[in-house]
Amino acid sequence: MVENRPLLTVISHLILLVGILLIALPIWITFVAATHDEARMLQAPIPMLPGGYFWENFKRTLFGSGLSGTEIAPVWRMLANSLAMAMMISLGKISISLISAFAIVYFKFPFRMGFFWLIFITLMLPVEVRIMPTFQVVANLGMLNSYWGLSIPLIASATATFMFRQVFLTIPDEMLESARIDGASPMRFFWDILIPLSRTNIAALFVILFIYGWNQYLWPLLITTDADMTTIVMSIKQMLEAAEQSPQWNVIMMTALLAMIPPVFVVISMQKLFVQGLTETDK
Amino acid sequence: MATINLDQLTKSYGPDEVLHHISGDINDSEFVVIVGPSGCGKSTLLRMIAGLETVTSGEISIGGKIVNEIEPADRDIAMVFQNYALYPHMSVRENMAYGLKIRKTPKDEITRRVNEAADILEIREYLDRKPRQLSGGQRQRVAMGRAIVRDPQVFLFDEPLSNLDAKLRVQMRLEIRKLQKRLGVTSIYVTHDQVEAMTLGDRLMVLNAGYVEQFDTPIELYERPASMFVAGFIGSPAMNFLTATGGDGLVILDNGTALPTRLSTSGPVIAGIRPEHLIAEPEGVLPVRVEMLEQLGANTLVHGVLDGSDIPIVASVTGIQSLPVNDVVRFTPGPDALHLFDANTERRLS
Ligand SMILES: Nc1ncnc2c1ncn2[C@@H]1O[C@H](COP(=O)(O)OP(=O)(O)OP(=O)(O)O)[C@@H](O)[C@H]1O
Ligand SMILES: [Mg+2]
Repeated sequence: MVENRPLLTVISHLILLVGILLIALPIWITFVAATHDEARMLQAPIPMLPGGYFWENFKRTLFGSGLSGTEIAPVWRMLANSLAMAMMISLGKISISLISAFAIVYFKFPFRMGFFWLIFITLMLPVEVRIMPTFQVVANLGMLNSYWGLSIPLIASATATFMFRQVFLTIPDEMLESARIDGASPMRFFWDILIPLSRTNIAALFVILFIYGWNQYLWPLLITTDADMTTIVMSIKQMLEAAEQSPQWNVIMMTALLAMIPPVFVVISMQKLFVQGLTETDK
Repeated sequence: MATINLDQLTKSYGPDEVLHHISGDINDSEFVVIVGPSGCGKSTLLRMIAGLETVTSGEISIGGKIVNEIEPADRDIAMVFQNYALYPHMSVRENMAYGLKIRKTPKDEITRRVNEAADILEIREYLDRKPRQLSGGQRQRVAMGRAIVRDPQVFLFDEPLSNLDAKLRVQMRLEIRKLQKRLGVTSIYVTHDQVEAMTLGDRLMVLNAGYVEQFDTPIELYERPASMFVAGFIGSPAMNFLTATGGDGLVILDNGTALPTRLSTSGPVIAGIRPEHLIAEPEGVLPVRVEMLEQLGANTLVHGVLDGSDIPIVASVTGIQSLPVNDVVRFTPGPDALHLFDANTERRLS
């Protein structure tokens, strides 16, 4: 829609600016807090301009023991844990969903629709609902305090299966028939044609799932007791409670800042594919 | 090269039988067109030959070998689809090479064959483009190219030209015909366009509601249509049909006109006369009240009704004619222009 109405333009820009400010302000405060020393952060009013302790806080948070006087693992370790968990969840979900959607769309087997609905029903059972039995299973399998325990229960995914099913349904039947005449086996068709054609959808889903995995809080909290297995999101909450004296805002905010970087990096690097994946119809 | 034999082929979807006992033999290097109205089962028949649909009963043989249970890839066929079905993420070259690559053809052999096919179809300059960067006509050529590089025993085409504009369609039609003659590959071509069918096919299989109405050369279909369906389907504008009563060496139309014929018939019959075989004559036996004219330049179509009735008649007269609407013009069928059909079975009385 191309319109030329100055007032409308001004108003819409104003609304956008207010929106950006609302979203950006907390991030700015986080950043500012990460650049001051501990003492300054406890004085009111809180500073609105950056101070000179950024590198010091950065080093202390990332490589040091973080919060003074606690048993928390260094933040780089938590970042690595979170990264491993988020990657395992997103890649695991994508591969399993691709394969199950492939089976459901392209193969005739008994109770095919039954299986589809069975998968679909799990939508109604997110981890929070089935948390006790899931914990029991993971504990019995001896997967507490491990990456497997962190990621596997979150991998089986109806949403992704459902989405890939829709994507596959939009691919014309002739594509399959053409490949059959060309002599492609089912797996060959899957690799050479389905995967490349779903490329943008895979990227979009990866972004969403990575952030989903990265932001997991309850589940990691439940199954990790070992400080070495802490993820960054749960650590922030722990840091708030851990210190017996007043919270060390500079370290906590630096941790928060570091915690934001990987998701932002994923979104930015996948942006083009992500947008294509959500909007593209050219098949 | 190969012959194709269809023996009592039947196809059912659940309880619905959509193809009924189709039989026919296609010779080596022959170009056969399957033609019929929408939904008559043309694509289904072609897809059964390709192996993309299962056979309910009957047998399909290619090159003398029964292929009912053989995978499409092993039938040595190539197929061109209506929407081309090119792989969108592969370049033209990769699209053409894909089948060969799967068959583990040596690299230099693939390159040679792709280039050769690209030269034949004049698509060499597009080899590195993606399908979406091509026009409809170019995509069509790529789809043909993909079929050619395989060097198959049989080409199967399912309405490959229906997405093109009229002019390009005529041009591609000629090219397909020339290409088929040059390569000598047995071909089956599905279309609902009778002009396309008449110009392309060595023989035409006319399908109607899953039955073969007639399987013959274009000229034979035109001159001796086996049924009213074929008579009405082949030729444009469609044949006029008039109810009549048979007699000895003549038929009497409902308005009392007697038309001579070489046949002796009795009872109710249908007389068919092609519009282009009606000749305007002052003494003509068919008085037609003109309702509308269609000027096509080379000829003029006269739409009207048989005077004193509401039986529609179309006549095609050469050149540009201007006849006043509502006037009565008299026509006479040319010699041998009369086709007679049984009024009940709608089959030809010969
Ligand atoms: N998968 C299917 N299940 C049930 N009926 C089907 C199926 N595929 C086709 N049919 C039926 O079979 C008949 C023939 O279909 P087909 O596609 O062969 O027609 P067609 O002659 O190719 O028509 P068109 O010119 O429109 O392409 C139709 O009546 C159609 O409804
Ligand atoms: Mg069809």
